[in-house]
Amino acid sequence: MDFEINPPSESSRPLLEVRNLHMRFPIKRGMFRRTVGFVKAVNDVSFSIRLGETLSLVGESGCGKTTTGRCIVRVYSPSAGSIQYQADEGESVDLAQLDSRALRPYRRQIRMIFQDPFSSLNPRLPILQIVGESLKVHGIASGSELEDRVALLLERVGLRPEYIRRYPHAFSGGERQRIGIARALALNPKLIVADEAVSALDVSVQAQILNLMQDLQEEFNLTYLFIAHDLSVVEHISHRVAVMYVGKIVELASTDALFSKPLHPYTEALLSAVPKPDPRLRNSGARIRLEGEVADPSNPPSGCYFHPRCPYAQDRCRHEEPAAREIRHDHWVACHFAEELELRGFEAIGSSPRMGQAR
Amino acid sequence: MTGQPIQSPDDAQFEPSAAERRVVVANQWQLIWWKFRKHRLAMLAGLVTLFLYAVALLAEFFAPYSSGTYSAAHTHMPPPQIHLFQHADAGPRFYPHVKGFKVQVDPDSYKRTYVVDETVAYPIGLFVRGEEYELWGLFTLDLHLIGAAEYGDPVYLLGTDRLGRDVLSRTIYGTRVSMSVGLVGVGLSLLLGVILGGISGYYGGLIDNLIQRAIEILRSLPTIPLWMGLSAAIPLTWPPVRVYFAITVLLSLIGWTALAREVRGRFLSLKTEDFVIAARLDGVRELQIILRHMAPSMTSHIIASVTLAIPGMILAETALSFLGIGLRPPVVSWGVLLQEAQNVRSIATAPWLLFPGIAVVTAVLAMNFLGDGLRDAADPYQA
Amino acid sequence: MPDDNDTLLDVRDLKTHFFTDEGVVKAVDGVNLSLKRGQTLCVVGESGCGKSVTARSILRIVPAPGRIVSGEISFRGRHGDRIDLARMNPRGRDIRNIRGREISMIFQEPMSSLSPVHTIGSQLMEAILLHLPVSKGEARKRAVSLLDLVGIPRASEQLDAYSFELSGGMRQRAMIAIALACEPQLLIADEPTTALDVTTQANILDLIRELQEDSGMSVLFITHDLSVVAEIADEVVVMYLGRDVESGDVDTIFHNPKHPYTRALLQSIPRYDSLAGERLYSLKGTVPHPFSRPAGCPFHPRCDDVIAGQCNTNDPQRYSISAGHSVRCLLYAAEENRSVVDTPA
Repeated sequence: MDFEINPPSESSRPLLEVRNLHMRFPIKRGMFRRTVGFVKAVNDVSFSIRLGETLSLVGESGCGKTTTGRCIVRVYSPSAGSIQYQADEGESVDLAQLDSRALRPYRRQIRMIFQDPFSSLNPRLPILQIVGESLKVHGIASGSELEDRVALLLERVGLRPEYIRRYPHAFSGGERQRIGIARALALNPKLIVADEAVSALDVSVQAQILNLMQDLQEEFNLTYLFIAHDLSVVEHISHRVAVMYVGKIVELASTDALFSKPLHPYTEALLSAVPKPDPRLRNSGARIRLEGEVADPSNPPSGCYFHPRCPYAQDRCRHEEPAAREIRHDHWVACHFAEELELRGFEAIGSSPRMGQAR
Repeated sequence: MTGQPIQSPDDAQFEPSAAERRVVVANQWQLIWWKFRKHRLAMLAGLVTLFLYAVALLAEFFAPYSSGTYSAAHTHMPPPQIHLFQHADAGPRFYPHVKGFKVQVDPDSYKRTYVVDETVAYPIGLFVRGEEYELWGLFTLDLHLIGAAEYGDPVYLLGTDRLGRDVLSRTIYGTRVSMSVGLVGVGLSLLLGVILGGISGYYGGLIDNLIQRAIEILRSLPTIPLWMGLSAAIPLTWPPVRVYFAITVLLSLIGWTALAREVRGRFLSLKTEDFVIAARLDGVRELQIILRHMAPSMTSHIIASVTLAIPGMILAETALSFLGIGLRPPVVSWGVLLQEAQNVRSIATAPWLLFPGIAVVTAVLAMNFLGDGLRDAADPYQA
Repeated sequence: MPDDNDTLLDVRDLKTHFFTDEGVVKAVDGVNLSLKRGQTLCVVGESGCGKSVTARSILRIVPAPGRIVSGEISFRGRHGDRIDLARMNPRGRDIRNIRGREISMIFQEPMSSLSPVHTIGSQLMEAILLHLPVSKGEARKRAVSLLDLVGIPRASEQLDAYSFELSGGMRQRAMIAIALACEPQLLIADEPTTALDVTTQANILDLIRELQEDSGMSVLFITHDLSVVAEIADEVVVMYLGRDVESGDVDTIFHNPKHPYTRALLQSIPRYDSLAGERLYSLKGTVPHPFSRPAGCPFHPRCDDVIAGQCNTNDPQRYSISAGHSVRCLLYAAEENRSVVDTPA
């Protein structure tokens, strides 16, 4: 099967525009819980998500990708910055400024899928209540109409409609994730923030869920913000990818450009560390070993946050923080030497015979 | 590719069996019950606890005599041996009875001792007619579970105290007060604990800080001297019922702190649970989140902690009354009864007066085991 | 049974069952694997396939109510003697002398296997002093060199660090140092990189490979991640529902897989050369509940190549495809000259 989806062109209007987003968590110490510092989980992040695309946020644990996602769905109130959302009638609202009452209509349009298929479903409620909660709260359906709608949603995500009476403990991890997707779909959303939605799943189940998400995207013209750490999954599902490091986006480009021609040394190191599912490609390219540890987001280094670990760091990197620049068309990077460095991309694995098909 | 069916993960082969079909639609209380049922000791303890509360409710029926019935002729009488058979000419026949006692007075010390009188046999029976009583102020009955088959026979199965009152009957009446002090006291603690703990956990910040410090201060006070001081302040002129409530309030004043901490801890951990965040993103209002999503996750845990808190209350009441600063006669509680067995002399001459102590141990152990079982079953979703 | 001196560990038809109140969970139900000296054997499978229980069975640390019900775990000791670990008393002195000394294990979550109240150094020295006849001073020196070996910077300082003071990658390194304290012949690594970030994972995999090259120890690597298998394995055993469904060398498994399950797994991995919008191959269904194991081949309800009337009744044996490559699938039973790998009936 070959599904041709047209990657949304850059000219399509952004559905969401994040500008200079900051999220700081206070560090409290002592008897009187005095604030002694801040963890800058998200530190001046700007990007936009285009209608109908899948934008992935990748990075290692603690890089702020999950916090960014949670700011957008407003689990957190951002410390600073704006999140401009294009509502239906062409008007634009800043989600960062809204209080919980004003947010309610937008909660219908921006939904979230959680990482943990176990903790994200209330074990004490039957599936009907879990998936139908939002329909009921927003006064869209109730009673037998609610049951019908939930049954339809379950069917749409590949579960049997008669499952509505069951409780979450009756389902496997993959099925629970389908339930989480059904819950997110219930209100005909436009944007879905999928926070590590397939990370906890086994590879065969992961494939089922990824396929489902792609099908739903086409059917309902969904826009995804896909937060993940697994680069091969990201490569598979995204149109564009943003790489985060210690609360900042260091590189943002179309998936092809980023994987084949990365411009930031951190992206290069990340790509080189991904194990390739083919023993013949073992040691096919020398791996870039990163020295040291990820910087502490409450006390980041001076200049470029990556400089203590960067194999190409120069004096300038220690003092001057690099700004994000559009080096190539639609390819943004925050590195002083992006033009000079010759970085290596994901090795062309496509040259190896396709696996798993020989009999 | 709109409408194209997605590969469905369910196949006929994966249809659950009948037993599984029951499990998949089971709500939390069913799961808790199934898990609890496996805990044999807790099940037994639960039955014992149920029995004790039944005794408390129907004390008049279970007890052969009323709590005040006395017989000056039978003071400090020891428990008699129960004979199930009588030896007649035609062989033994089933005839449950106790032998009578004769009093012998030592001519030197005037000490009274009871000697078994083999010639007299008082039959005993179940569901016998005896003293009249009013059950819950509604019915007038004279049926007793156990006692002398013929009304008026001096049958005291666990002996008598210094006024000739039946120890068994008084212990049974004591169950009513002692067990209910635990329940009422814990009820008050629960109210305080859930409200203050809930506020503390939900709002956090300054209020949380204040409540937590208050709890720490309350918990750092030495309880026995505090209770002694406070109960000494209860006027002697108060009627017994008011003293009873004053004591339960006193006990719960300390007891709520543990529950408040439990509730606060659960609140804090639930607040960041993914499914609570999901409910918030669904647009559910705060009150609904608390009632529909957070409270049900806590109730089973709270029930378990409450069960574990009751024995503490029972022990505290017993201790206070034993020390003479809790409930006072004519109220009958296990602690009040044990007061009788306070000195060495009475223990040496009438050890059966310690029987209420056995009742205390039984009740406390049973409720502890029950609480343990409930706590293990409280979260049936964890493997 | 090959009893050449090269084979360090030979597991035959291992069955480890869990006797729960609800019934018997056959977590491991007939697993065969064989590991040569100096090689890395990867046991790969999805959650619930019994790969961790297999590893724990070898060290006899299966938690109650699980126990080995049959099978043989033949291990060649330091002096060339063959011992059957499956026959040992799990709490006896014999197995304790094996654990840590001959066979060490590292776990997915180093935080839960390192004590938070003892320093890294004291845990490391304890492991050394327990099995080796050295003085405290020598043990300390050895501890420093071990931390150095596993790439912990400023080793002599970190000796006094507590596990919670280290990052995830450093903790896993410390865990490896403890496991290597007595130069074991076999290291069992149970998903050691699953909780780690990709760059840290790459470093740990490199470390294990280097240590193996230097010491010549064998590694039994348990993982669910096929990319990690491709990176590190010499031999591979694919498990499904407590069975080894296919085993062979890593190149064979990735480039000439025979079992439909192995093929499905490989095709489910998102790949770099996929076309835009292309769907991944996805297995139908889910892993059945352990109490309702399908009859016949446990994989048949999800298998695309199922032979009706056969796969749902006949339990497949291990059929040899070529030297060292065997597969438990009836598709290969009919072919000529196919010999059954000796599996006890």
